[in-house]
Amino acid sequence: MTDEENNQIEAEEEFSEETFEGPQEMTEREFTAPRELTVEEGAVLRMAEGVVVDAGDIDVEIAEDETMIINMGPQHPSTHGVLRLMMELKGETVLRTKPVIGYLHTGMEKTGEGLSYIQGSTNVTRMDYLSPLHNELVFSLATEALLGVEIPERATWIRMLMAELNRISSHLMWMATNGMDLGSTSMMIFGFRDREMILSFFEKVTGLRMNHNYIRPGGVAADLPDGWEDDVLAIAQTIPRRLDEYNDMLTGQPIFRERTEGVGIITQEQALALSATGPLLRSSGVAWDLRKHMPYLAYDQVDFDVVVGSVGDTFDRYAVRLAELRESVRIVTQILDKMPSGPYRVLDKKVTPPPRKRIDESMEALIHHFKLFTEGIKVPPGEVYVGIESPRGELGCYMVSDGSSKPYRMHIRGPSFVNLQSLPVMMHGGLVADAVAIISSVDPVMGEVDR
Amino acid sequence: MIDDVIKSETGSYFPTREQYDALVAELHNSGYEYCSDLCAVDYLQHFDRSLPDGVVRERFEVVVNLTSVRMRSRVSIRVQVPESDPSIPTLFYHYPGTEAMEREAYDLMGIVFTGHPDLTRILMPEEWEGHPLRKDYSAERVPVQFKHSPAIR
Repeated sequence: MTDEENNQIEAEEEFSEETFEGPQEMTEREFTAPRELTVEEGAVLRMAEGVVVDAGDIDVEIAEDETMIINMGPQHPSTHGVLRLMMELKGETVLRTKPVIGYLHTGMEKTGEGLSYIQGSTNVTRMDYLSPLHNELVFSLATEALLGVEIPERATWIRMLMAELNRISSHLMWMATNGMDLGSTSMMIFGFRDREMILSFFEKVTGLRMNHNYIRPGGVAADLPDGWEDDVLAIAQTIPRRLDEYNDMLTGQPIFRERTEGVGIITQEQALALSATGPLLRSSGVAWDLRKHMPYLAYDQVDFDVVVGSVGDTFDRYAVRLAELRESVRIVTQILDKMPSGPYRVLDKKVTPPPRKRIDESMEALIHHFKLFTEGIKVPPGEVYVGIESPRGELGCYMVSDGSSKPYRMHIRGPSFVNLQSLPVMMHGGLVADAVAIISSVDPVMGEVDR
Repeated sequence: MIDDVIKSETGSYFPTREQYDALVAELHNSGYEYCSDLCAVDYLQHFDRSLPDGVVRERFEVVVNLTSVRMRSRVSIRVQVPESDPSIPTLFYHYPGTEAMEREAYDLMGIVFTGHPDLTRILMPEEWEGHPLRKDYSAERVPVQFKHSPAIR
């Protein structure tokens, strides 16, 4: 070996030593600190009743040759993207689980700091790619809260319509992938078929099937096209009929029930302590839906129920989502009747660009147009946290403005990112074959987990 | 205890780092069941932000949002963390759900959560240098680093 090669190797070693932050992977028991062990056992939780598990109580004496650490993912068809799980098994039983994430990290929060408020929604919409409209909605709501503008009624209702349709498409997608994970291939085909109907409507309204950039600070990008009522009515009439079919096909199916009932149980206390939200929390019996309990948009003016489970197992999460689909259809039907007329964007020249026609006629409009697209919207300094109910749970946005036209800091609280923490609890003591069913029941979208 | 903490007009708490843990414990006991969000902000370029009187401005701020299901309310806690010693007690023992959020704040902003059971990078590769969401970290400064095959640990 030449000196040069030697130097290079030394430099590399030095480099990795300086920056090494400790392993992210699961390590064998004898190398794991007891405190960390408790996390991965899923037994740590400090319960509301004050039950505290002491780190010393955990059985670390399991002989090394009895257990085995296996790796699942990141390339695995049923991990919904690039989720990597490390599991410690004793025979067929899962003892510890550790999700390892970050394979899809693209630094969207950092990117968001370099984009103006007008451009920002194109960035956030790519996070949770199954419910892009919810991401745009939370970003717009946060911006509007800082701006202090009042959104026209029609814009609010259009947003609500689109958000609910998006919830339906996202849950249908979940039904499809969950069916595939559990071996029901027909459910996968059906789920995609129905989702297609909604995506076609989105394409008609927004021009795109995904990543719409439709909901923007100040309103929505365009009014609903002519004849939108017929399309929405068709969706609202077809989906419940199809849901009856899926109910017949899956709910009573012995194999499906066998694979989901009693699998991956999480209790109310555990779910709350782990900050789980959405269907995961509701399946355990906590009636907590931000649409109902902290209403935003006009959710307080429509009638719908919050669906809760009782056991908190995988079957409950399936049942909650199936029932939520019906509730969303109920909301969509009411929106059809109540949709008000009026402007679909706020009529504030400093927020909304003027219509194309006005630019030819008015110098002032031209100036506003130029200022908006070169400089952007000036947002007064301040901080705000906005939370909405996305199909996966509480989707939050913490936004800090320093008075310029770009967010100083934009933090997105991804529901799947937080919900993944409950995997070790749900997996603990279960069979390795049920892992796929449990991952699927959490409905993680890795684009949002890693952002 | 809660009365000693500086409170803004909008209802946010601004505890010192010493008051932080006790304040969260008290809010937890008074019915805030789950922690919605925990994130850190680097105020390097926006240092003269408006804060209530008596709060000492520091470079970093850790923002915690707690939610109560029973009371249907939210409360936010904002703690100033100095640049010279960016550390703050972990909330893991009050809210185990902050485990991943604190790891994220550590990874991207470099805030050290003392007492955290497994404070390692969560989104960036283990060998990554620096904390990307800090304002003095330029996105283009460092060429893309790829992780080489795992070494023997």
